[in-house]
Amino acid sequence: MAINFRINGEDISVDLPSSTPLLWVIRDEIGFTGTKFGCGIGLCGACTVHVDGRATRSCITPVSAANNSAITTIEGLSETGEHPLQQAWIDTQTPQCGYCQSGQIMQAATLLRDFPNPTDQQIDNVMNGNLCRCMAYVRIREAIKLAAQRMQQTSRNTPSQED
Amino acid sequence: MRKNLKVLPAGKGAVGEESIVSRRGFLIGAAGAGFIFAFSRSSDALAGPAGSLAEGAFEPTIWYQIQKNGRIVVNIAEAEMGQHVGTALARIVADELEANWSDVELHYVDTDPKWGAMVTGGSWSVWQNFLPMSRAGAAGRIALIDEGAKLLGVAPKQCRARDSHVIAGEQSISYAEIVSRGDITRSYSEQQLIQISIKAPAQRRLIGGQSRALDIPDKTNGKAIYGIDANIDGMVYGRPLIPPTRYSAKINHLDDSAAKGIAGYIKTIELNDPSGTVPGWAVVIADSFHAANQAAQKISVDWTPGDTASVDEAQLLEHGRGLIDDSNVGSLVVDDDGVDQAFTNAHTSLEAEYLTHSVLHFQLEPVNALAVEKDGKWEIHTGNQWQTLIIPVLAKALEVPESNIMLRTYLLGGGFGRRLNGDYAVPAALAAKAMGKPVKLVFTREDDVRFDSVRSPSVQRLRMAFDEQGQVTAMEQHSTAGWPTQVMVPAFLGTGKNGEKFDPFAIHGAAHWYSFGAHRLRAISNDLANATFRPGWLRSVGSGWVNWALESFIDEAAHQVGEDPIEFRLSRLIAAGKNAGSEPNSVGGASRQANVLRRVRDLSNWNQSQPASSGLGVATSYGQERNMPTWTACVAKVHVNLDTGKVTVEKLTVVTDAGTIIHPDGAHAQVEGAALWGLSMALHEGTEFKQGQVIDRNLDSYTPLRMGDIPELELDFIASTENPMGLGEPATTVVGPAIGNAIFAAVGVRMRELPIKPAALLAAMQAV
Repeated sequence: MAINFRINGEDISVDLPSSTPLLWVIRDEIGFTGTKFGCGIGLCGACTVHVDGRATRSCITPVSAANNSAITTIEGLSETGEHPLQQAWIDTQTPQCGYCQSGQIMQAATLLRDFPNPTDQQIDNVMNGNLCRCMAYVRIREAIKLAAQRMQQTSRNTPSQED
Repeated sequence: MRKNLKVLPAGKGAVGEESIVSRRGFLIGAAGAGFIFAFSRSSDALAGPAGSLAEGAFEPTIWYQIQKNGRIVVNIAEAEMGQHVGTALARIVADELEANWSDVELHYVDTDPKWGAMVTGGSWSVWQNFLPMSRAGAAGRIALIDEGAKLLGVAPKQCRARDSHVIAGEQSISYAEIVSRGDITRSYSEQQLIQISIKAPAQRRLIGGQSRALDIPDKTNGKAIYGIDANIDGMVYGRPLIPPTRYSAKINHLDDSAAKGIAGYIKTIELNDPSGTVPGWAVVIADSFHAANQAAQKISVDWTPGDTASVDEAQLLEHGRGLIDDSNVGSLVVDDDGVDQAFTNAHTSLEAEYLTHSVLHFQLEPVNALAVEKDGKWEIHTGNQWQTLIIPVLAKALEVPESNIMLRTYLLGGGFGRRLNGDYAVPAALAAKAMGKPVKLVFTREDDVRFDSVRSPSVQRLRMAFDEQGQVTAMEQHSTAGWPTQVMVPAFLGTGKNGEKFDPFAIHGAAHWYSFGAHRLRAISNDLANATFRPGWLRSVGSGWVNWALESFIDEAAHQVGEDPIEFRLSRLIAAGKNAGSEPNSVGGASRQANVLRRVRDLSNWNQSQPASSGLGVATSYGQERNMPTWTACVAKVHVNLDTGKVTVEKLTVVTDAGTIIHPDGAHAQVEGAALWGLSMALHEGTEFKQGQVIDRNLDSYTPLRMGDIPELELDFIASTENPMGLGEPATTVVGPAIGNAIFAAVGVRMRELPIKPAALLAAMQAV
């Protein structure tokens, strides 16, 4: 069946079995490979994208559930790759192997929308669903706080694409 | 773009069709042109790979070239898997070359034989490459000064190099200009390179300084390309059907009739594998991974399993115990005179058994490989840590000469030793051969785990003899586990004092630097483990279990004689005799291990009294190899919940002396990750075999450390100008025993089994 959605600002129509996980549509059909496959059961968070602004595990989301929605992947989080979270990830030198980091950043982006000035506890509660096998957790937490701090300081006149 | 997708007319703000096409277009084009990936400061680095030798570039050794535009491209033959190895190696070259760091970019190479043996593991990369890469850099600097002097009309002696310029008094000339204008084609033989002396530490400008890792920016924006992202025109997807046993399984009958209704399903191939890597395997082929995955679930296979179909964890451990009981088996790695006599004459002695259970790599990117044949030449696109090991296996499997196989190594979504064993490339290659077209084989997480080269369960027995004064007169450690090196690289086995072979990676951390009198160290291969699964090298390999036993047991010994655990160790870390250390790698010997222990004692407030049910525990190690000692000490602060047995690690203090630190932030990250791996394996991980397979297959039951469980970390490095050692693994080896020892300090219960489970601790506390 034809399923229509917008991804990173672009309108797309796909004709695929409705049960196809959104993850594989994004990666293999559309070609945004920044979204990763880790566990396939929604427990590692490497596949996290935004569906209508909410962090969503694309590996357990059938493509049909994305019909008429707006999807943002790591490639679309910021046109220039300079989202405060991306900059904070670089400034804190957070990624090691990097495989989980797209999902971590996408999850953190909604975290900061819900808790613009998060406590350690709030960060842990939200980010606990994202596994980092390199165990770069100390820096992930630090990067989130740094981004939060900068976003608080900056007047928000540069909305991201999905806003 | 795939046929079942269309981009609708671009709406407002749309990025347009071209961007997507060009993204895929790059991958296709790059594959055709000879794949190279590179990192530079440009965010488009992947689209602009360096060629082999840019025209007119200066290439004094194979390890880098300086182009006419001044770009310095360093060739990296190591796998990039989170350790930022490319940055560290390039900093070594650039320091001696007196390069401006902003001119430097990285080029990750293929498996052309000119790069020599390719392996990334053992925490070896910096240790092994420090001198060769330093000399390569120095050679270039010398040549550039000679040519620059000519162009400036002065004598080379009047010149110095700095920031990619040759400078003579007020004059200077850039490297770019020298390469463009000069006649600089000098190259150096290996013999000439060895004679080049490197800078004194005080003259270093980049090594030890802060810098950002060049591979990081692309890991924040989706541009980093891993093996699972590889893509070649015309490829089909595969998912393996993995038999019930690792070896000797046979397919009796395969029925795919129920899969034929799956859109996109093509066929299922029963693999014929002359290399014996994947016996009894089949691969489900479809035009998308989802279709292959769906079809695989509809296919029924009747296998005759191999002999190990009923093996469980308890049997593996019991088999290990039986081996230890048999004094005729195993290899005597250390066998000093007088061990038996010391035990005979002992006033008291201590004996204990330590266990560890199976551990999964669970690298987050499941193993995968894309295989393609072009005109009789094979290309394998995948993440791999030991290309040199798998190419001969692939040659055997495909029945082609090794020279017809090239590995294109991508970024690794975690290595941790899993990808030292590149066995997952074999079924991809066989499937591609059978299909006559490129096959991208992707393992689901469950497939990945079932095919993992797990860290073997282990059994160890330790004994210590004391005289009347409570002095240690002898110790023995008997250690048995599955041996990865025996199974995969027998040529790397060592020979013990009794002439028997041993797996160095499975035992090395036990050849300790303590003066404990006569020492006997016996390593025994658990043949039942080797037959049941393919044992893996997992972050620090044997040191992960031998040091758990050794450092826990030393703690028992200290308590037995009533000494403080740190003082007990310090008084026996004496840099004399075989523990004196030697040039160039272990200068200072045991005194440097004592030094990190003293430092961790001070940083952790070791002598401060702790609240009820809380305690501090210490452990130390030299890492894995006496010839590459990374002196490490850790104090863990834990709290034990008396009602549940749950252990909370509140703080880990880790002190490391790895000699010269090349890339301090990267070093810090490695120790951070390694220490948390140690914690994760001690309290959160561990699986077991049941009916020939591990029981935990995914994160619903396998539970590595998450953010909410991380303790406070205090990491410290000893300032040193000694030779640089390895950093990826040593910290994993000290955390488990430090936690076990802290539990003893907190509640007086000795835990001798990893992982430490709340129920086991609760039972042990109740038994006291």
